[in-house]
Amino acid sequence: MDWVDGKRYLWLLGLVVPLYPYLAWGLVEVTGSGLFWWSALVIVFGLIPLLDQWIGVDSDNPPDSVLAWLEQDRYYRWCTYAYLPLQYGSLFLAGWLWTRGGLSVPDKLGLALTVGTVGGFGINTAHELGHKKDSLERWLSKIALAQTGYGHFYIEHNRGHHVRVATPEDPASSRFGESFWRFLPRSVAGSLRSGWELEAKRLDRLGRKPWTLRNDVINAWAMTVVLFGVLVALFGPGVLPYLLIQAVFGFSLLEVVNYLEHYGLLRQRTGTGRYERCAARHSWNSNNIASNVFLYHLQRHSDHHANPTRRYQALRHFEEAPQLPSGYATMIVIACVPPLWRKVMDPRVLAHYEGDLTLANVR
Amino acid sequence: MSAYRCPVCDYVYEEARGEPREGFPAGTVWSHVPDDWTCPDCGVREKIDFEETA
Repeated sequence: MDWVDGKRYLWLLGLVVPLYPYLAWGLVEVTGSGLFWWSALVIVFGLIPLLDQWIGVDSDNPPDSVLAWLEQDRYYRWCTYAYLPLQYGSLFLAGWLWTRGGLSVPDKLGLALTVGTVGGFGINTAHELGHKKDSLERWLSKIALAQTGYGHFYIEHNRGHHVRVATPEDPASSRFGESFWRFLPRSVAGSLRSGWELEAKRLDRLGRKPWTLRNDVINAWAMTVVLFGVLVALFGPGVLPYLLIQAVFGFSLLEVVNYLEHYGLLRQRTGTGRYERCAARHSWNSNNIASNVFLYHLQRHSDHHANPTRRYQALRHFEEAPQLPSGYATMIVIACVPPLWRKVMDPRVLAHYEGDLTLANVR
Repeated sequence: MSAYRCPVCDYVYEEARGEPREGFPAGTVWSHVPDDWTCPDCGVREKIDFEETA
């Protein structure tokens, strides 16, 4: 075989994220500065965007002939499984640090955001695992979501978002002219409602009421209740406000990525009144290497929507897919400043539809 | 009994086995599955896109 996977060992860098709280603790101990509790923010909103600019892009695709071989190589899935023990180790470390004494309130807040960053990237890991047919991977997906209380994502993303993507009916597809701050509550509430309704409908077909542990939304949330319960039992109720803050910060990171994945893009109605099938033109893509490595190729988003069960290492760049001006890490910073976002993105949506906004998903 | 395949991810609905988790017990014929039911593995295609297999 001639083709060599240039990113094969880079995927291990994804584990830097759940290792980071340990490193931040070490940096605080060595330097004596509590500022390092906050330093994950500098990495995510500063260093990774800079790396996106410095390292640049890679549109290399594995040839079709190696896709099956690439997908069955178990090395790649272990790179994602390994995220979970590090993720939960760091959460328990934080529980201890929050309550052992010696940290000021700003220190504790910084640590909550650093740990919340791990939880937010953990939703991305859960996303990769939750799309797979293997029941172990689906179970690991729910576990990874427990830290942020986002267990309903496992249902809503696969059976809701993927079905209705790039339509006004999808709470997780942002609309032209909609700011991230307006999108955030709409997506959080809409996704929760939709995930619940999907499970209620499934259970109704089974002749059951939704209030049962068979409900995948309820049993996933129950994992969060048990997890937080164990943390409170070990470290006391003092951990609760910080657990809440890290969870909200973590799922907001996911939502800002949701925001930029389909901004303004719309599937048209066909003659029969259904929406046209999801195609490459309905997702924003990026080939920036740094963001791709830390997000398991999430930015090759068109291929992901065409083939949701395909493993991250085998996702391909599509020439016809709309491209973001930079990696997701850079774009989330821009998304937080709505006037800047509109200046950067609105002309791109307009160009995509050749000036005809009636074809876009408009607020 | 017949079987129907999702054209995206190769999930197969076999009438003989049904899909009990989804509320379709073994023996549920394809015509009793609602048209807007989506593939339980990939979520990309709905029932009407499925292809009959041998």
